[in-house]
Amino acid sequence: MTELATTPQAKALHRQFVEDVMSMPGGEKIRICQQCGTCTGSCPTSYLMDYGPREIIAAFRAGMIDRVVKSNTIWLCTSCYSCTVRCPANIKITELMYELKRLAIKYDLTPKDSKSPAMTKYFLDSVRKHGRNHEVELMAKYMLTKDWSLPFKFMGTGLKLFLAGRLPLAAKDIRGRDEIGRISAYLEAEEAKAR
Amino acid sequence: MAEDKIAVYFCHCGTNIAGKVDVEKVTAWAAEQPNVVVAREYKYMCSDPGQDLIKDDIKNLGVNRVVVAACSPTMHEPTFRKAAADGGLNPYLLQMANVREHCSWVTEDRDDATAKAKRILNAQIHRMPFNESLEPIEVPVNPAVMVVGGGIAGIEAALKLAQSGKKVYLVEKNPSIGGHMAMFDKTFPTLDCAACILTPKMSAAGKHPNIEMLAYSEVTQVDGYVGNFKVKVNKKARFVNTDTCTGCGLCLEACVVRKVPNEFDVGLSKRSAVYIPFPQAVPLRATIDPEKCLTKKGKKCKQPCVAACGPGAIDFDQQDEILELEVGAIIMATGFQLWDPAQDARYGYGRLDNVITSLEFERISNASGPTGGHIVCKNGEAPKSVAILHCVGSRDQNYQEHCSRVCCMYSLKFAHLIKEHLPETEVYELYIDMRSYGKGYEEFYRRLMDEGVHMVRGRAAEVTDVALSPEEEGRLVVKTEDTLLRIVRRIPADMVILSSGLAPASDAKSVAQTFGFGCSANGFYLERHPKLEPVSTVTDGIFIAGCCQYPKDIPDTVAQAGAAAAGALALVDNPTVKVEPTISYIDPEKCSGCHICVSLCPHVAIQYNEEKGVAEVISAACKGCGVCVAACGSNVPQQRGYLDDQIFAEIEGAMAV
Amino acid sequence: MRYLYYPGCSGEATGKAYDMSTRAMMEKLGVELAELDDWNCCGATSYFNTRELDSFAIAGRNLAIAQKQGDEDLCVTCNACYTALEKANHYMAESPRIREAVNGALGSVGRSYDGSKHVRHIMDVLINDIGLDAVKEKVVRPLTGLKVACYYGCQYSRPWGIFDDVEFPVTMDHLFQALGAETVDYAAKMKCCGGMMMLTKEEGALRMCHELLYCAEREDADVVVCACPMCEMNVEGYQPRVNKAFGTSFNIPVMYFTQLVGLALGASSKELGIDKQIVSCDRVVAAISA
Repeated sequence: MTELATTPQAKALHRQFVEDVMSMPGGEKIRICQQCGTCTGSCPTSYLMDYGPREIIAAFRAGMIDRVVKSNTIWLCTSCYSCTVRCPANIKITELMYELKRLAIKYDLTPKDSKSPAMTKYFLDSVRKHGRNHEVELMAKYMLTKDWSLPFKFMGTGLKLFLAGRLPLAAKDIRGRDEIGRISAYLEAEEAKAR
Repeated sequence: MAEDKIAVYFCHCGTNIAGKVDVEKVTAWAAEQPNVVVAREYKYMCSDPGQDLIKDDIKNLGVNRVVVAACSPTMHEPTFRKAAADGGLNPYLLQMANVREHCSWVTEDRDDATAKAKRILNAQIHRMPFNESLEPIEVPVNPAVMVVGGGIAGIEAALKLAQSGKKVYLVEKNPSIGGHMAMFDKTFPTLDCAACILTPKMSAAGKHPNIEMLAYSEVTQVDGYVGNFKVKVNKKARFVNTDTCTGCGLCLEACVVRKVPNEFDVGLSKRSAVYIPFPQAVPLRATIDPEKCLTKKGKKCKQPCVAACGPGAIDFDQQDEILELEVGAIIMATGFQLWDPAQDARYGYGRLDNVITSLEFERISNASGPTGGHIVCKNGEAPKSVAILHCVGSRDQNYQEHCSRVCCMYSLKFAHLIKEHLPETEVYELYIDMRSYGKGYEEFYRRLMDEGVHMVRGRAAEVTDVALSPEEEGRLVVKTEDTLLRIVRRIPADMVILSSGLAPASDAKSVAQTFGFGCSANGFYLERHPKLEPVSTVTDGIFIAGCCQYPKDIPDTVAQAGAAAAGALALVDNPTVKVEPTISYIDPEKCSGCHICVSLCPHVAIQYNEEKGVAEVISAACKGCGVCVAACGSNVPQQRGYLDDQIFAEIEGAMAV
Repeated sequence: MRYLYYPGCSGEATGKAYDMSTRAMMEKLGVELAELDDWNCCGATSYFNTRELDSFAIAGRNLAIAQKQGDEDLCVTCNACYTALEKANHYMAESPRIREAVNGALGSVGRSYDGSKHVRHIMDVLINDIGLDAVKEKVVRPLTGLKVACYYGCQYSRPWGIFDDVEFPVTMDHLFQALGAETVDYAAKMKCCGGMMMLTKEEGALRMCHELLYCAEREDADVVVCACPMCEMNVEGYQPRVNKAFGTSFNIPVMYFTQLVGLALGASSKELGIDKQIVSCDRVVAAISA
């Protein structure tokens, strides 16, 4: 039993997580996971994970949510879908990973040293601002806030890309860019109503 | 109808019915209904005391109609009808009202269930005055039995029946009997040589005076009904006279066509156009493959086979022979096919060398196989490492959902055979669960662990030839998560054996249709009841045995074959069999001879009488399906036991409450 | 033939050559591409990481625009954009909850979408609509003698395998065979390139790209062709970093498949943005022009 699983808050969190995952189309299929390991075996980044996708499903079923969100697993998923197409129980593992990422962000349970959540946030900011993802802005923001070594690592490549015209500095705003923000506002309001 | 005295019995069925339906209330209500002289409730009507209630009331109260409100007729209609008969009442004057499967088991609310039970019961109470006495039809039974499929199941069933004095037709579509078992090397868990234990039975079947061997033959049409099947069998032309051929094999050597993939070796070796499948074939006769033989294809050939044949048995003009056989029962033992792993590209089957199926390994390991029993890779060298992958195509919602039962055990057997031949070779078993459930199986598993086989719990993710380290150069790599060690392993292997699952035969569905029974969702033949009637089908007189019913090992196959033989014997050992009289009857006075029912009858049980100009039901063939009753525009055919009056009365009764 | 066209955000930046070469190739094939008016980001993987319904809704915005703009199918070039947009279709059809939310969200900005717009990958269009015979006819510079490694990547046929097999796709190979090239047995053809991980966890992505390059080199491929700006960036742009991390000396040209097809159809290197490639494609161009 972990600390998260024993406190009332933890139990409530687990219930919430389960409810959210079960409401995904096909989410209930994690109940029939045979723990065969095909997903972890197929995953190109599982060797880097604290717990492979198979263990994440086992931990989830056992209520060990802390393992699920505190581990680096879900943030190392590249959504390549190899697991999903091979899973003999037809579990949409990639979608589960997305859902767990969303839940981790929602409940502010991301691991301190993971950089992916930040990348994600900047991506969203860029899209909300311009309507499209401005790659230069995204990379610049990320590098400057999360990884100072990157500008040095990519100096050579970056220069070549810039000279090839593949890194436009100016962002192209779409006319309807405010719609993106309004869509989000609408959905947030609906979610608040439901709660 | 004159003096209807209906007795109503309401069964509690423990709490199955009484737990949901207010039995007392409904029984009291029933007692008030017209024509009901007595209404009783009892805990278990199917018990002896329960049945005695029925018998006693018939004798003492002169009851002449009985309604038993209880479970489904599928369960106990025969029980109660026999009780009625024992009490002196015609069994067809008893009906059941299904207030369990149709009511208490499927209704949530107690009041709703009670109201529904009343309606179901009232329907039968209203129907009873219209029920007539019916006498079962007794039809003669042909004592001969046909066994379709000459593998171990078919052979065993045929021998049992033959030994009990019955005539058996053993029909096998391949040139020899033996089935898949003849292809195996050793069998688990005893490691008996498959051929050594099979060939004596094959030989006995070939020699038994009561068994008529119809090898290289296929059933094309089945008509008739229990005790009286008429089967058309196509005895395919071998283009070899089986009376004079001695099976000496000289024609095989002489034949100029040498490169035909040998089916018995799963394509790993070649045969000639004229061939004997394997040396111990029964019957030991040559066969000419008309698709490969130059003469049969209309091409020029010196026909050295003719020259080589001492008895002069080659006969290119031989024709297929259609046999029309009559049997009383049929046993289906048509076996399985191996799931084709080419369907899942991640195993590399068909693309990568040395990825082989289980059947291919059986042949490689077998001393009479393409490599003379030497376990070697394609390049002729012995593998230093072999990975055996479980659950290929099985337990997988993308392919076959079911577990194939035998693969864990045969995989362990392979590990043993490899270790026996090549003690220095590393063997890896990649499994999800080790299913070693049978007698001696767990011990066999332990033996293999003791032999140093590496048990890796993980379903292989993929087989690749991409080497990411020097040890992997030039070898196959099996990538899998070792779930117990929690790491992803890249296991280098020189040979990968895919333990592919057992699938239904490719023609299972069409064969089932020809014979008139069905298949289950996974494609195997459907048994009448999964626990209580595993070897019968819903069609009386047709039995199933072996892997055609579901994957199973040899011990279970032989057991099922014996059970099917017993079932068939129970039928054909009697001179007659009783057939339900609830069949159609066409009043010749009312029939206009329009032919609609004749063409619609699915059992070909209605014939047109030219002289009288009317349709007539062949009582023995009619199965009482009711199609003719529904189809006739003039409402002429009536199904006994389901007359229009009876049905309308039921409807009225149900609506009246 | 006419299609609505969704270039994707990368098409204006790192993937500029993909957009350029797609337009040039389609022009040679006589197919009209009408760029989606005021299209927005598809959401790719990042949006799905954060907000489920938002992702479907912004993808849905594009589909709503497409529906209004014309009856033609929506042709998408980038694997990730293709999957993101198709996902919106899939989940709106499968889940009433998602459908309702997306419809509500679109409604709040005065748009609507009924779920009926067909999203097509450009390869699907090439193989199944235009047809390889028609493409063959227009070949001006056959790719004879060129060894091509077709790199499909993840989101080309996964997860649904709509127009090609999930485990062993072959459509790109067929296309290049039709153009006269020799397609090599590229063992890593459907493996992941690492995507965004090149920035967030470099070691993982570098290892994956190393395998991709290793398999290409193993087959002596002259060029690797791909269908996604992310893949192209990782396999091409980061080749020097792969070399540094693994002590290799890969120097394999990587092109968008549309660039190579465009060359075969006679488009100029400039039109196709060949000069935008980091690893020089001179050898490839020379081999074809010879």
